[in-house]
Amino acid sequence: MKKLFALILIAMLAFACFACTPATQAPATEEPVAEAPVAAEQPAAEAPVAAGKVYYLNFKPEADSAWQTLAAQYTALTGVPVTIVTAASGTYSETLTAEMDKGAAAPTLFQCGNKAGLDTWGDFCYDFTGTEVYAQQTTDDFNLFKETGEVACLGYCYECYGIIVNTALLEQAGHSLSGITDFASLKAVAEDIHSRAAELGFDAFTSSGMDGSSSWRFSGHLANMPLFYEFRDDGVTEQPATITGKYLENYKNIWDLYINNSATDPTQLASATGDQAQAEFGEGKAVFFQNGSWEYANLTTKFGMSPDNLAMIPIYCGVEGESNAAVSAGTENMWAVNSQAAPENIQATLDFLNWVVTSDEGTTMMAEQFGPIPFKAAKASANVFFNDANEQLAAGKYVVTWAFNFTPNVDNWRAGVVAALTQYSAGATWDDVVTAFVAGWATQYAAQ
Amino acid sequence: MKRRTQNHEAALSGALIRRPIQRSFAIFLLPTFAAFCIGFIYPFLQGVYLSFCKFTTTSNANWIGLGNYIKAFSDKSFMHAFQYTALFAIVSLIVINVLAFAVAYALTRGIKGSNSFRTVFFMPNLIGGIVLGYIWSMIFGGILSRFGTSIVLSTAYGYWGLIILMAWQQIGYMMIIYIAGLQSVPGDMIEAAKIDGANGWHMLWHITIPTIMPAITICTFLTLTNSFKLFDQNLVLNGGQPFIFMADGTVIRSTEMLALNIYNTFYLNANSRGIGQAKAVLFFVLVASIALIQFSATRRKEIQQ
Repeated sequence: MKKLFALILIAMLAFACFACTPATQAPATEEPVAEAPVAAEQPAAEAPVAAGKVYYLNFKPEADSAWQTLAAQYTALTGVPVTIVTAASGTYSETLTAEMDKGAAAPTLFQCGNKAGLDTWGDFCYDFTGTEVYAQQTTDDFNLFKETGEVACLGYCYECYGIIVNTALLEQAGHSLSGITDFASLKAVAEDIHSRAAELGFDAFTSSGMDGSSSWRFSGHLANMPLFYEFRDDGVTEQPATITGKYLENYKNIWDLYINNSATDPTQLASATGDQAQAEFGEGKAVFFQNGSWEYANLTTKFGMSPDNLAMIPIYCGVEGESNAAVSAGTENMWAVNSQAAPENIQATLDFLNWVVTSDEGTTMMAEQFGPIPFKAAKASANVFFNDANEQLAAGKYVVTWAFNFTPNVDNWRAGVVAALTQYSAGATWDDVVTAFVAGWATQYAAQ
Repeated sequence: MKRRTQNHEAALSGALIRRPIQRSFAIFLLPTFAAFCIGFIYPFLQGVYLSFCKFTTTSNANWIGLGNYIKAFSDKSFMHAFQYTALFAIVSLIVINVLAFAVAYALTRGIKGSNSFRTVFFMPNLIGGIVLGYIWSMIFGGILSRFGTSIVLSTAYGYWGLIILMAWQQIGYMMIIYIAGLQSVPGDMIEAAKIDGANGWHMLWHITIPTIMPAITICTFLTLTNSFKLFDQNLVLNGGQPFIFMADGTVIRSTEMLALNIYNTFYLNANSRGIGQAKAVLFFVLVASIALIQFSATRRKEIQQ
């Protein structure tokens, strides 16, 4: 017994010794390869010797497996080790903060998608000017620039969101997509379906859950509607210190419509999740689902929905002239290369990115995962939501841009809006939502 | 028997054995000491240093002086979190210790199946805080949704929810410490008290509790510091909700405790990390001093047997 005890003690001591060795001497234990099994694979024997390495801290869990596969292909092809690590949903900034502190083992490629991100990570953003991957881009519309004009972040895809419609169910309920052209017609259709939900076997809207996995749809995307129209009226082009909340009544209109015409009781929304809403839509229990183009893959594969039965319409909230609106398009998906990484790793990362946007494997994956990408070699996407967006644009409708990218301290501001919406849905007054929205903006701006 | 121990002691203190041990003390001491320095001393000093800096990652900090502390003190939400945490700590301290003692007392009475009871009561301790938070948020969610409400909608529910959760987790652990204490109460003392005519209540107050004072010291210390440091459960169970919206746009997260407040401050934006760090240093000073005061107060009540 004593011997066993002594053995355990020795083992612990040995462990302590190794654990204390600086990271540079024992990189194998420090690097997060455990989360990225494919990256650990040895390059094929005939592959050329790699000079640098790539470590991408990915932000989209849904694209993780596609990135892992692509990384493995690249490694097999060039011998450059590519590590893809995906931050758990909703914890990107925390993960990035911790990972960036790892010196030589820090990410060489990370995500920096809005004003707040640039404010925080600007010093770490490598200037893309003159790089091959930047030369491949077709537009500057989705990029972020520093005040000095440096290209800090490359928008690698764009997304659109709106209200996803199950057209088969809509027709079954006796309505048609062309009949929905503004808030009044949307409301009429939704209320009709909701009133006949028992007879039809499905309801109008999916649950508008306030759980963290779902609430961003409303504190981010839906909140963009009042912000966009206010900024459009006032000609705002950079982050304003204050907002007026002029269109908050419209925000209330659409929110009320969502929560009162769904199978889920408004008081139950506090803990309802994103998966729940997705399943309601995927299983045909609801006609309308506010979400974006990124849901396409899930809906068609996981739930086996036919693309023919899917369509995306703009979020109508009762603003004048909104019949001319297209869906909302923009991006928060931007690549930034860590300027503080070793030069050979920066080069390896830029080469990898260039390969991603030019090679057959890369562009195919990008088209499947992210739809149309703003690069010359982009492949066409089968995503009907983008095709809807393009049709609406071709018809001369205006794009609702992503005004929420100006939000100061975005996570905190949204947390306030979510808390207020949760309380409102459970019966509190609308006043707190207005306070969280308008006064919250000014407070967060001042606290930056 | 006694002779042999004496021999042992003599041998151990003999120069022949002692000297090599003394000479190689570094082998025994250094690894742990190094681990302690790297894992505790260095991060602690670095943390204090960072609280006077503006930084994005800890490796590129710029010294700015006391600014972070001034901002931390003028932050209303920090003061609110402090009050809320103190209130939580006091109530959970009482609830956990009283219940843990009661359970321990009951389980040392020789009830059948005591051991299985002890195991079951101890088990919640083996579950991590995040998982526990999720489990309880489902339980509370399930119950409260029947009444059309939720734990994130009421400060009171959030408060009592956390107390219940913490009690559930910690009672078993404290119970084990109390059981160990109760088992060390000498039988002859109890017998003598019985002969002197003491009833159960007398024995509890005048024999048992004074004798197990060391266990009480350690249990109050643990519950107090645990309550102040509580983070995971708070984050998962309600994340500070519901919020109170002040007219000036300030948001008070009504169920946010100190540790969560520090975390939220730290990740607010690039300029707030130092403030979060300053709060963390204040937090350390606070918890350490409260713990020391409590420790010396209960220590004084301990008796020598």
